[in-house]
Amino acid sequence: MSITPQTEPLTKIKSRQMIEFLKSGKRLDGRTLTQHRNVKIEAGVIGKAEGSAQVTLGNTRVLVGVKIETGPPYSDTPNMGVLTVNAELLPLAHEVFEPGPPDENSIELARVVDRSIRESKALDLESLVIIPAKLAYVVFVDIYILNHDGNLFDASEYAAISALLNAKLPVVKVEGEEVKPTGEFKELPVRECPISVTIAKVDEALLVDPTLEEEVMASAKITITTTSTGKICAIQKSGGGAFTPQEILEAQRIARSKAEEIRSLIPGWGGRCG
Amino acid sequence: MGERKLIDENGLRVDGRRPDELRPIKMEVGLLANADGSAYIEQGKSKIIVAVYGPKEVHPKHLGLTGRAIIRCRYHMAPFSTPERKSPAPSRREIELSKIIREAFEPVIFSEYYPRSMIDIFIEVLQSDGGTRCAGITAASLALADAGIPLRDLVAACAVGKVDGQLVVDLNDVEDKEGEADMPVAYIPALNQISLLQMDGQLTEEEFAKALEMAKEACMKIYQLQKQTLKQKYVEAKEAVEKGEEA
Repeated sequence: MSITPQTEPLTKIKSRQMIEFLKSGKRLDGRTLTQHRNVKIEAGVIGKAEGSAQVTLGNTRVLVGVKIETGPPYSDTPNMGVLTVNAELLPLAHEVFEPGPPDENSIELARVVDRSIRESKALDLESLVIIPAKLAYVVFVDIYILNHDGNLFDASEYAAISALLNAKLPVVKVEGEEVKPTGEFKELPVRECPISVTIAKVDEALLVDPTLEEEVMASAKITITTTSTGKICAIQKSGGGAFTPQEILEAQRIARSKAEEIRSLIPGWGGRCG
Repeated sequence: MGERKLIDENGLRVDGRRPDELRPIKMEVGLLANADGSAYIEQGKSKIIVAVYGPKEVHPKHLGLTGRAIIRCRYHMAPFSTPERKSPAPSRREIELSKIIREAFEPVIFSEYYPRSMIDIFIEVLQSDGGTRCAGITAASLALADAGIPLRDLVAACAVGKVDGQLVVDLNDVEDKEGEADMPVAYIPALNQISLLQMDGQLTEEEFAKALEMAKEACMKIYQLQKQTLKQKYVEAKEAVEKGEEA
């Protein structure tokens, strides 16, 4: 069951200051409304994982590891590999995060990232089946939130696609009933580079890449993912407020242009088609 | 997949509808005796029942908020609502939908009128044939109104999607699964605001703008039906009184 959360409000002086700043088109950390925080992406940080990447977005820090195994495909998609996305809001990332099974926030986060990757057809799942209806590659994308300072959706999405682009697929050979790794690796078939851009509505202003303080002040957020060909492939409105249709169209225009900037920072994408 | 044609040579859909045509919709309010408010909706083959309880005291007390009522929402599918039995345990999908449906109602409920209390919304999908989150929102609005909870307006919801390259409203299950895009929208007419928006699939910028417009129009049609349904209940009560029956 989903319950209205208890959120610690900002101090009065800080919230008043934020609104005051926004009136002149500025933010507390000096950014313009449509500016991202410093984006840093590092791929291949975990040697034992088939793929990995760490993203920092200002003080938000996310690590994604990709593990690849073999297993049966889903019965309704016998000719496809399996993609599984999971997110952990680690207790070390923020004082409000508690250990335990995933709550609605981590489930929503994982599902929003999953949708960006799946709906953009970034991962060519059809080429990941080994024996139709019997054996396929299972790609696990595990999102590890290390420090929470807002906009977990985007930081996780950038880390997930970077980790997939970084991943190596272990080549296997099937002998009778047995599946054996050959010890060789090939590139994981990643064909798209979806980029999500989250925009928060504070007062009447639309803010790209909100910090945690801005998220606390925001009435709602919208996350829009676009592909390298400019198509929208996933949207999620999140939070207790609402947007006018005009605001949504405006957010869509902002997300589209910002995604291009971010895409140029994704390691390993420039080298593949695009 | 993709083999079956979802739009025929006459431009009609698998169930014979035009692109901008809703499925037949039946709505009913106040059908559950125990709930403070309740509603039932049939939209095509989807059947959903909703109950609202509250505002009432919060248990456990520490969950209560001093300045407003909390809203609790559960979207749940019956094990027999789908072709293959669905485990009654909440799936990740149901957990996500419960959250975004609650968030779709936060902007319309005057929760500040009821500090330290709670309002419960229970949405049970009895039969699923696509569009259940939207039909669930449409029915939950009626149940909230039926419970007498002050609302800024009703919320009406409808999905727009793309099948065989064409934008269509109110997708059924086949269109949702085999189509190229699905975009559920919840709209609050009095505020001209959208309180739920999701999308998966692929749309161009122009298609997206058009889809948003089509969703708004479809929601307005549903909104009219919602208002009629609420009024009808009181007309029936009035007639019963006039006939000397107990209302």
